[in-house]
Amino acid sequence: MNHWIIAPVILPALLAPVLGFVMRHDMPLARTASIAGTIALMAIALGLFVTAAGDPQVYYLGDWPAPFGIVLVLDRLSALMVLVTTILALLVLIHAVTTGWDARGRHFHALFQFQLMGITGAFLTGDIFNLFVFFEILLIASYGLMVHSGGRDRMRAGLQYVVINLAGSTLFLFALGVLYSTTGTLNMADLALRLQDIPVEEGALIRVAAMLLMIVFALKAALFPVQFWLPATYANAPAPVAALFAIMTKVGAYAILRIHTLIFGPGIAATDGMAGTWLFPAAIVTIAVGAIGVLGARHLMALIAFSVLGSMGTLMVAISAFSPAATTAALYYLVHSTFAAAALFLLADLVTARRAGDRLVAVPATSQNGLFAALFFAAAIGMAGMPPLSGFIGKLMVLDALREPGTMAWAWSAVLIGSLVTIVGFARAGSTLFWKSTALLPAASGGPVVQAEPTAAARPAGVAGLASVMTTIALLALLTIFAGPLVGYLDGTTAQIFDRDGYVTSVLGTEGET
Amino acid sequence: MTEQEATVVVNDLSLIIIVLLPFIGALFPGPMIRAGRNSCAIFTALPTALSLIMLLLLAPSVMDGQVIAVELAWLPQLGLSVAFFLDGLGLLFAVMILGVGLLITLYARFYLSGDDPMGQFYTFLLLFQGAMLGIVLSDNILLLLVFWELTSLSSFLLIGYWKHLPEGRQGARMALAVTGGGGLAMIAGMLILGEIAGSYKLTDILLQGEAIRTSEWYMPALILILLGAFTKSAQFPFHFWLPHAMAAPTPVSAYLHSATMVKAGVFLMARMWPVLAGTDAWFYIVATTGLVTMVLGALIALFKDDLKALLAFSTVSHLGLMTMLLGFGTPMAAVVAVFHIINHLTFKAALFMTAGIIDHEAHTRDIKRLGGLRTLMPVTFVIGALAALSMAGIPLLNGFLSKELMLEEAAHTTWAGSPYALPALATLGALLSVAYSFRFIGHVFLGPVRADYPHKPHDPPFGLWVAPALLVGLVVLIGLLPHIVEPLVRVAAGAVTGGVLPEFHLKIWHGVTPALFMSAIAVLGGAALLAIHHPLDRAWIAARRPEAKAIFDSVVGGATGLSQRFTQLTHDGAMSRYLAIFVASTTVLGYLAWRGGGLPAATRDLLPVPPVVLVGWVLLLVATGSVVLMHRDRFRALVVIGVIGLTVSVGFVYLSAPDLALTQISVETVTIMLLLLALHYMPKVSPVESSVGRRIRDGVIAVAAGAGVGALAYMFLLRDTPSISEYHLANSYEGGGGTNVVNVILVDFRGYDTYGEIIVLGIAGLIIYAVMEALLNGPAARKLRNTDYSSDRSRDRHPLMMVIATRVMMPMAILVGIYIFLRGHNQPGGGFVAGLVVSIALLMQYMASGFAWTQSRQRIEYHTMIGWGVVIAGLTGAGAWLGGKPFLTSGYDYFHFPPIEEFELATAMLFDLGVFLAVLGAVMLMLYSLSRIAHYAGETVNPEPMDYDPSTRSRIVKEEK
Repeated sequence: MNHWIIAPVILPALLAPVLGFVMRHDMPLARTASIAGTIALMAIALGLFVTAAGDPQVYYLGDWPAPFGIVLVLDRLSALMVLVTTILALLVLIHAVTTGWDARGRHFHALFQFQLMGITGAFLTGDIFNLFVFFEILLIASYGLMVHSGGRDRMRAGLQYVVINLAGSTLFLFALGVLYSTTGTLNMADLALRLQDIPVEEGALIRVAAMLLMIVFALKAALFPVQFWLPATYANAPAPVAALFAIMTKVGAYAILRIHTLIFGPGIAATDGMAGTWLFPAAIVTIAVGAIGVLGARHLMALIAFSVLGSMGTLMVAISAFSPAATTAALYYLVHSTFAAAALFLLADLVTARRAGDRLVAVPATSQNGLFAALFFAAAIGMAGMPPLSGFIGKLMVLDALREPGTMAWAWSAVLIGSLVTIVGFARAGSTLFWKSTALLPAASGGPVVQAEPTAAARPAGVAGLASVMTTIALLALLTIFAGPLVGYLDGTTAQIFDRDGYVTSVLGTEGET
Repeated sequence: MTEQEATVVVNDLSLIIIVLLPFIGALFPGPMIRAGRNSCAIFTALPTALSLIMLLLLAPSVMDGQVIAVELAWLPQLGLSVAFFLDGLGLLFAVMILGVGLLITLYARFYLSGDDPMGQFYTFLLLFQGAMLGIVLSDNILLLLVFWELTSLSSFLLIGYWKHLPEGRQGARMALAVTGGGGLAMIAGMLILGEIAGSYKLTDILLQGEAIRTSEWYMPALILILLGAFTKSAQFPFHFWLPHAMAAPTPVSAYLHSATMVKAGVFLMARMWPVLAGTDAWFYIVATTGLVTMVLGALIALFKDDLKALLAFSTVSHLGLMTMLLGFGTPMAAVVAVFHIINHLTFKAALFMTAGIIDHEAHTRDIKRLGGLRTLMPVTFVIGALAALSMAGIPLLNGFLSKELMLEEAAHTTWAGSPYALPALATLGALLSVAYSFRFIGHVFLGPVRADYPHKPHDPPFGLWVAPALLVGLVVLIGLLPHIVEPLVRVAAGAVTGGVLPEFHLKIWHGVTPALFMSAIAVLGGAALLAIHHPLDRAWIAARRPEAKAIFDSVVGGATGLSQRFTQLTHDGAMSRYLAIFVASTTVLGYLAWRGGGLPAATRDLLPVPPVVLVGWVLLLVATGSVVLMHRDRFRALVVIGVIGLTVSVGFVYLSAPDLALTQISVETVTIMLLLLALHYMPKVSPVESSVGRRIRDGVIAVAAGAGVGALAYMFLLRDTPSISEYHLANSYEGGGGTNVVNVILVDFRGYDTYGEIIVLGIAGLIIYAVMEALLNGPAARKLRNTDYSSDRSRDRHPLMMVIATRVMMPMAILVGIYIFLRGHNQPGGGFVAGLVVSIALLMQYMASGFAWTQSRQRIEYHTMIGWGVVIAGLTGAGAWLGGKPFLTSGYDYFHFPPIEEFELATAMLFDLGVFLAVLGAVMLMLYSLSRIAHYAGETVNPEPMDYDPSTRSRIVKEEK
């Protein structure tokens, strides 16, 4: 058995207590350990990504046979998600360290590692109750990160986030209760197996469970009508945390993709097609809400938050088709939108640190205005899905995959019009922030110098400060250039996702073997 | 079509290099500006020139009818490849893009002032150039889309180049919105087209004209693609962005908005001509749009006072002309269109540069402030006048040739059954064109020299006029010797029509034809119109016209305002509404899901209700109802919640679940105690925040959801399902070494879950500590300090009785804790409950004697305790790796040391120890955080364990009086 499968969970789980309880008084030590740990995590994730190319690999915790113990399952999908998470984490962590965000409150690094543990655990688990447990871990860690360094608005938004997610967790438990009471098992593969035999005439409870789970995951993925928490949360979270949260919505998307293909997937009589039917309109409305929010945003962070909402809509439109082509497109778009959102949040942090607040009004240009303008342009292009960055490819793939007569007109209109509105919104914001501000500079000769002495925060960002933003944008470019090989891997991933029997056999078929 | 199939296709990688060169070159102007403006310009010209040379090397074979192509895989799954091909049409456009690019580079070197960031300008220019080359050379329509949107983006940057000017910013945004939007429509169109053709490869698509035109998807594809082309080429009603793009520096206007980018739409229509043209829909949409644009653009141009605006609308008009020609759908019209593309490029770019020179020298572009420049700027005059005459279509200049041919084509085209509509309107367009061209000459150069120019004008330096002079040279050359461009026109037009070309020769004299008469009418009429321009102009200004920019601005502004209001109304942070929507939609969706399926027959009977259960049930109902009724009084609500928790625990006992009962009781006790402590620092009463209506709404939703949950529970309680717990029961002792299945599940079967949950608890402790830290450093701390809690304070803070009782209970409680811990594996209990029991024992010490007093008597930090707990649990799990077993595999054995009875040691117990420590640490850390609040709230530290000293008490009483 490949013990590395559990390493992405155990490494941060062991590191975090040490960071929080042993190193909490020495920031340089904590930073070094945290970064080193995240690098190691990324290396492990990369190794798993490579080894996951074959059949799903199963890790039987406690050496109990499935479905009686808990299993971890490493397949292409979970390996991909873990890899994306760790790359994002490293970028965000470096940004947080170089900008000093980690020192603005207690326990940043410990919470960060716990957060990583929660996310990777959620991706790796093959047990639906264990998924709940890891949802709890990633959520509670995210509460802490969300309110990191405090402040009234942040606390208020944080409370909202906590309350909504607690409601979601409660629903999760209800759904699991229904599911367990009707199937008597929690192992995902076993669930997939048992549901096959339940006809629709006896499937009412199963259908309820599937629906409730879908709502729980939709809440995490910020889908209409349970998207309300996202804009305020992301806009008020510390920017690096908001960047890390780019993967949190994807956990919801991942869970829908996993659960509603494996357990309630195609071919299950009781729930056939139900998730797609409901997800599709919800995703369409989400795109609209996101685009409208981008256009109407008055603050930079809110603008980005709404654009994340729109991108989740696009992602879920693709997922809701539950077809192989659309799933590949969705996976590509998922990877892309994660990094695009992160790039924007990290950049917004650099910009807002150098001006008074993030209101979208012109204030005299900050230092490095041109550089920030260029980076914003690039990141916005990525988010809005314009060439030459990966958003365009992702959008093309999504559109190309959605050609079902009933859905095509809606999906295409929503995605394309949504893009247009997003572009207009970003152009307005960028032109106000970076262009209009140059008009406010005092004349070169004569006239009093309006700009005060630069404060510590207003100092030009150095190479280290810019490293994460630039790397993230470079990643978007790499996603574009190497779209071919990546989509090749994703095609394999999709094939695996839709190969239910393969998954079930991997988990249950090797019973007793260790 | 047969000819096309016979064309020789040659593979040549250099096409990729040709397209890439400008992009690579774009890296250089930025740094090179440090070496001076000349180096900057030279390093811009270099990649352009190199690219052009490589292109010209390929030109001869293209002129021979070969097609040069190259293809590299990019994203084969989607059908997107890096595929380029060079045929006549591509060659024509590529030469125009690179040739004019060179001239513009030269012109801009002298046009931009020292304050303008030239490096940036050239970078954007090269990016645009590369994108434009990409469009005209793409052999894959998806790749074409990439470059198409890239031109929108780079033109956005170029229009907004003078970012401090509001016109520049607005113009840039408008151009991006319109052309970007058109591009998005085109994405849809191209995807449909590719689906019909079964390939995204352009050369494949071009062979499938018949299939595409007869497809039921033809109309959507046509309209969507034309949307892209029309927006880009500023066709009515999307023409309005182009004049506002004139806020860009003049080199940009000359390059993008006359010579290249706006022709991308025309290019696309020409490129797609073999597959899309030839239907009625094509004719009526394209030809009509072109015609309207041509006339309307020319009419507006006549009344524009800004030189660049005049030229902009004239460009709109000429683009309309080309569009109309392509819309005719006949091969000859396509030939004329291609010819006019060349001619328009030469005279219009020269005119823009002339306008730029005038602006540069006279510091104004307002025609009404100019005039008489003929003598002051003779060189400019010659250039400008020749170009303008060509635009007017005066013989011996190239504009005349293509205009004649256009009129000829219009003369024998019927529109909606009328043979006169098209020729008449085309003549009108030509007439207006003559009028504004003459105005350009007459009102700017002719007339008396004025005394009030903003700046004394004179001819510019050589560097500024050489570029337009070269272009005007071409104007005259083609005008006099049209046959020299005939091969180029032939090969380009051949590419447009797919090889089928009519007999034609480009020459000045075609004999006395209808076109000649139409042309004469146009010239004479135009001159006459200019003569009465003054009164017309006054009438034009007085007339109310729809102003495109105002409409656009109000649409965008209105949309923005609405969006703002919508967002603020819906995302205003009203948690109760968010939750109401969440719960309501969950209930409705859950119900709908349930409706879609049926239920299996019930397998269990309802049991009779014994009185004890009934009492508990009523108690639960009453307590829950009381919470709803009394929730504003927070203390009472808490107490009632405690009742609910205890009733549930009793329920667990009744249902033979002692583990659950133990856990429930201890959790209940700890949480209620902590909540009570926290409540001390919070308002004791919840204010009424929502209206009655809203409370009724929420009540209905809550009751519906509750009923739903109840119904679900009822349904599954009536049915048996075989579950994995049977395995757990069977294997608990043998596999897990414990007889308490619940504990074995917790620490062994599902130890991983427990591991996760203690981490949750640990994180909670950390967060409470961190949040407290943030709060106490913020305004909340001030509020705490300034609140008077003395009225709530007991006069007997640390009563003797309580202190003594807790002291006595402490060792017992800890013993019980250890006992519960140890027996956990086989009897009800375990680390979790034990941790809670011990923390209750400690909690009571703190309550009895105060935090500080107690704190100074304990040596382990709570932080560390949580840390140890998590680490011990983790390491225990990892210990299994040493035996080659998976994480959390437990081992156990039985030991017998006399005189103690035989007992069992299991690694699971070590794991349970981690659970114990984490639980204990987390609870105590929470308490610690609360006591910090107390400290901030001004609570004093008691030096003694209890307030037993009567004299101390009397003193306190005295002080309070």
